[in-house]
Amino acid sequence: MNVTIVDYKSGNISSVINSFKEVAKDKVKIEVTADFKKIKSSDKVVLPGQGSFKSCINALNTINGLVETLNDFAINNKKPLLGICVGLQMFADIGYEETETKGLGWIPGKVTKIDNQNGKYKLPHIGWNEINIMKDSKIFKDIKDKSHMYFVHSYEFIPNDKNTISATTNYSSSHVCAIEMENIFGTQFHPEKSDKVGLKIINNFINL
Amino acid sequence: MLKNRIIPCLDVKNGRVVKGINFVDLKDAGDPVEQAKIYSDGGADEICFLDITASNENRDTIYEVVEKTSKKCFVPLTVGGGIRSIEDINKLLNCGADKVSINTAAVQNSKVVADSSKKFGSQCIVVAIDAKQYGKKWEIFTHGGRNSTGIDAIEYAKKMEECGAGELLVTSMDRDGTQVGYDIKLMSKISSMVNIPVIASGGVGNLNHLLEGIKLGGASAVLAASIFHYGKHSIKEAKEYLDSKGIPVRI
Repeated sequence: MNVTIVDYKSGNISSVINSFKEVAKDKVKIEVTADFKKIKSSDKVVLPGQGSFKSCINALNTINGLVETLNDFAINNKKPLLGICVGLQMFADIGYEETETKGLGWIPGKVTKIDNQNGKYKLPHIGWNEINIMKDSKIFKDIKDKSHMYFVHSYEFIPNDKNTISATTNYSSSHVCAIEMENIFGTQFHPEKSDKVGLKIINNFINL
Repeated sequence: MLKNRIIPCLDVKNGRVVKGINFVDLKDAGDPVEQAKIYSDGGADEICFLDITASNENRDTIYEVVEKTSKKCFVPLTVGGGIRSIEDINKLLNCGADKVSINTAAVQNSKVVADSSKKFGSQCIVVAIDAKQYGKKWEIFTHGGRNSTGIDAIEYAKKMEECGAGELLVTSMDRDGTQVGYDIKLMSKISSMVNIPVIASGGVGNLNHLLEGIKLGGASAVLAASIFHYGKHSIKEAKEYLDSKGIPVRI
């Protein structure tokens, strides 16, 4: 089996690489590339994302044919894909960070700034927060409800269909922090930085 | 509910951990990679490396330390000290750092903060503020506390938020290494002025000081070195203490 971490030259993905390699050991091959052929032939794909919604979408679009390759993988061929942080946010139709930017449109919804209630809550939402597991997601196998995950974000994904929400977290109000729609998975938090419980989620994804 | 973070800080010089008393009189407290692993296994919410003399010395050793640590620790890793440019930040992030803390370079040229937060995202840009009290005001210092600047710390904190800093690491130069507690007035002034998280640093001598930093200082995270390094307290003890006082922590 092989898992490809999409390297589209946006933000720091070394922690994602390190954590997947730690979990995979020698059993699973971890590729880090934007090569279309390699993505196509992968069993699973990880879409990381750091920085702004706009900068990540722009970086994806800079590599001609990458979005189409990912569309093929996740939508047409329905192979497992995990989006992390902005990687998850990009599933949306539209994002409002910096300027209005069109997303991948895989899961209908939008990405907007967290309402910090007139400065009552600090942004970014940085640190460890508990997740409320909303449905029996495959990547949450053996993960306890209220487990702590590491978050760093100021924007949140609001999907139109609430059934796609697999977990929420509470900060200023309730925010979507994990998504599952058939073969598409996403976490707003960083499993790669969430200690043993985060590595367990990565392990669950690898073993889907 | 978001938890308050406890961050052990490892001051690193030539690839080894040291902790200065008022930034001089260094003691060796071991291998940074091993220490970081002990802390992350012990429940540290984040690890911080400060390459303390890096402004003056060859600092390539820190890259190796970061690279090795990031392959063993799966909690956030912040690295600071001697960061001058976007290239330095890029290199540290590529080695596996999750955040960088910028001190001297941010004072000399705030564009470094603006440009780097645009390029890498605010989430990985921490601005470190070293401040010393003068009467009712605080002045910021650079180069590991050696150079005065005449800049007001409170105004500077606000400016760094506007430039795109994701967090502020505020160290009281008066308290650092003294173990008499954080400069609560400084912490609360800054944390109430800005809308980004403040990490309190400098002066922790006991567990109650951590409580004060959060409760009175308004800090989102508390950083400490000596009380953890020399085995006076474990991270677990610190968390249990804070939990018993009603502070939300990850246990």
